[in-house]
Amino acid sequence: MNMSENSVSQEDFVEILGGLRQFIREKVMPLEREIAEGDAIPESLRSQAKDLGLFGYAIGQEWGGIGLDPVQEAELAIELGYTSLAFRSMFGTNNGIAGQVISGFGTDSQKETWLEGIASGDIVASFALTETGAGSNPSSMRTKAVTTKSGWSISGEKRYITNAPSADVFITFAKVTDDAGKSAVEVFIVPSNSPGVTVGPHDKKMGQAGAWTADVHFDEVAVTEDALVGGKFGVGYRAAMTSLAKGRITIAALAVGQAQRALDESLSYAAIAKQGDDIIGNFQLVQAMLADQQVGVSSGRSLVLDAARNYASGADTRIGPSVAKLYCTEMVGRVADLAVQIHGGAGYIRDYFVEQIYRDVRLLRLYEGTSEIQRLIIGSNLVKQELASN
Amino acid sequence: MKIVVLVKEVPDTWGERLLDLETGLADRVSSERVIDEIVERGLEFAISFAEKNDGTEVIALSMAPEEATGTLRKALAMGADRGVLIVDEALHGADITLTAQVLAAALEHIGFDLIVSGDQSTDGAGGVVPSAVAELLDIPQLPRLATVDLNEKEVTGAHVTDRITLSLSAPLPAMISVSERFAEPRFPNFKGIMAAKKKPFEVLGIAELGKNISVLDRPRSIMTEIAGKPPRESGVKVTADENSGRDLAEFLKKNQLI
Ligand SMILES: Cc1cc2nc3c(=O)[nH]c(=O)nc-3n(C[C@H](O)[C@H](O)[C@H](O)COP(=O)(O)OP(=O)(O)OC[C@H]3O[C@@H](n4cnc5c(N)ncnc54)[C@H](O)[C@@H]3O)c2cc1C
Repeated sequence: MNMSENSVSQEDFVEILGGLRQFIREKVMPLEREIAEGDAIPESLRSQAKDLGLFGYAIGQEWGGIGLDPVQEAELAIELGYTSLAFRSMFGTNNGIAGQVISGFGTDSQKETWLEGIASGDIVASFALTETGAGSNPSSMRTKAVTTKSGWSISGEKRYITNAPSADVFITFAKVTDDAGKSAVEVFIVPSNSPGVTVGPHDKKMGQAGAWTADVHFDEVAVTEDALVGGKFGVGYRAAMTSLAKGRITIAALAVGQAQRALDESLSYAAIAKQGDDIIGNFQLVQAMLADQQVGVSSGRSLVLDAARNYASGADTRIGPSVAKLYCTEMVGRVADLAVQIHGGAGYIRDYFVEQIYRDVRLLRLYEGTSEIQRLIIGSNLVKQELASN
Repeated sequence: MKIVVLVKEVPDTWGERLLDLETGLADRVSSERVIDEIVERGLEFAISFAEKNDGTEVIALSMAPEEATGTLRKALAMGADRGVLIVDEALHGADITLTAQVLAAALEHIGFDLIVSGDQSTDGAGGVVPSAVAELLDIPQLPRLATVDLNEKEVTGAHVTDRITLSLSAPLPAMISVSERFAEPRFPNFKGIMAAKKKPFEVLGIAELGKNISVLDRPRSIMTEIAGKPPRESGVKVTADENSGRDLAEFLKKNQLI
C-alpha cells in the first residue's frame, strides 16, 4: 500500500477541518436544543453527517473511509467536541473500537463484509465489552463463546452499550476456553439480527441526551466460524486493547473541544451580563475563573496533540494516551464547573449550554477506562519501564 | 449536457466588508473570500442534476484575480467537474459591462447548454451580469428562479417574488439565475475536498478567449463620489403604553415597511 496515496495531505486536511467547523457552527449547533429535548439526533442531521464522511473518517480510503492519521483524528475530535457530544457519539463507535478492530486486525473477508458499510454509515457498529462486574476489569467477564459444529454459540449479558438500539453489528467480547482448558477473551463480530440477540430499552442517562445506550443480551447466539476477529485466537483482544488506547486520545480531544466551548460560552456571557453598572467580565475574580479555564484548554490541547504524535510514531502507545485522557477529562470537569459558576444562577438553567456541558462531560471520566484505571495504566507502565531499564 | 455555473468570489458576509476609498472597489484583503452564497445554490442545482443524469458536465467559471483559485476549487469540492478561471491584469477593476463581455467570451470558448448564475451577488448586488451575458450571447434568460426543471430540450422554473409567481420556460441553450429561495446548498464533503485537487483546472487570460476584447479604450463607468458608511444612528424606541400600537404602525408606514 502506498501511504502517500491513501493518506490525507495537510493541505486537504486544513480544508476538511475548516469545512467541519463550518458544518458544526451552521448545522449542528442550531439543533443542540432539539437534540437534548428530543433525546434523538434528527434524521436529516444524521444523513448530512453521513454525506460529509463522518462515519468513516478513521477508516482507510481503500474501504471508502477518509483515512485520517491519529494526529488529524485528534484535531477533528477537538472540533467535534465543540457541540453536543451526542452528535459525535452517533458515529463514534464506527470510527472507534468497532471499526478499528476490524480494519486493523480483521481477516480479509471480515473487512470486505463490513468495512465499506461501516465507513459509509450504512452500517452502525457497536462494541460490547462491559458487563455487570466486568467494566474496569474485563477479564472477569462471563459472556462465553463455545464451539459448535458450524462456528460459535455466544451467551451473556452486556450493559451500557453505546448505539446498541441502532446497531447492525456488535463487536462482542466473550471468553473462550481452549482444548487445554485455558480461557481467554476473544472478540466476535455478531450481526444484531442474529437469533438470540436482544437489546433492552435505552438507559435514562445523566447527560448526552440523544446518544443511546442499552443492555444487550446474547442467548445462545449462533455465529459462523468467520465471526472470530482475526480468524485465530489471540488476535482480537490485543486488537481491542490497541484500539482502546487510541480511543483514549479521542476522548481527551473531545474533552478539549467541550472545554473550549465552555470557555467561549463563559466569555460571551461575562461580556454582556451586568451586576450594577459593570459587566461581570470586569470583575477580577471572574477574570481569574476565565484565566483558569484558558489554562486548562491550552494545556489540554497541547497534551492531546503531543500524545497523538507519539502514538502515530509509535514512540508511546500506552502511557501518553492515558495521560491525555486522565488530564483532559478531569480538566474539562473543572472548566465546566467554572463555566456554571461564571454564569451564576443562569448556569443552572437548561437554557444555557453550560448546564448541559456540566452534565455531558461527566461521562468522559468514566467510560473507555475510568480515571482510576488511567492512573493504574500510567503508574504500572512507568514502573515496568523502570524495571526493564535496570 | 454541459452546464456552466458562473462563480463569483465575494467577501464573507459574516465578516466586515470594506470599500477601498481610493478606488471604490471592494477591499479584497480586509475579509475572508468565499463563494457567493447565492452561487452555491446555483451549484447545488447543477451538481444534483448531474448526479441524477449521466453524461452531464458541470463547469465552474469565474473571472477573478489569481487568488480566487482556492474559492473556485470549493465549487469542485462541492462536485463540479472542472474549473475555468479567467485571470488578466487588464481586468483589474472591471465593471459590469466588461465583466459580462469577458464571461460571454469565455462561455463561447467553453461551450454550454445551460448557464447558471445567482440572481445578484451579495457584495455588488448589481444583479445585471446574468442578463447582460445572456444578451451578448443572444440566448433566453429565466431570472430569479426558486425552482428549476431541466431536460434535454428546455429549462423551466418558477420565478417567485413577494408579489408574483411566474412559470417560465425557455429552449436550450439558455441562461438561468437562481434566487435565495432556491434549495440550500450542500456542504463539500471530505471526499469531495480531496478529489477537488485532482480535477482539471484551467487558468486563461483574455487573449486566450479568441475574442477581441478591448479593455482600456475608454472608461466604461466613472465613479464621481465615494464615502465611507455613515456611523449607525440609534434606532427609534417605541415604549409600551396605550399609544405604542399606533406609534409602531406610524413608524412602519413612514419607512414604507407596510
Ligand atoms: C454512557 C455510557 C456509555 C458506555 N458505552 C459503552 C460501550 O459502548 N461499550 C462498552 O463495552 N461499555 C460502555 N460503557 C461502559 C463503561 O466503559 C464502564 O461503565 C466503565 O468502564 C466503568 O466500568 P463499571 O461501570 O463496571 O464500573 P466499575 O469498574 O465497577 O468502577 C466503579 C469504581 O471502582 C473503581 N475501580 C474499579 N476497578 C478498580 C481498580 N482495580 N483499582 C481502583 N479503582 C477501581 C472505578 O474507577 C470506579 O471509580 C459505557 C458507559 C456509559 C455510562
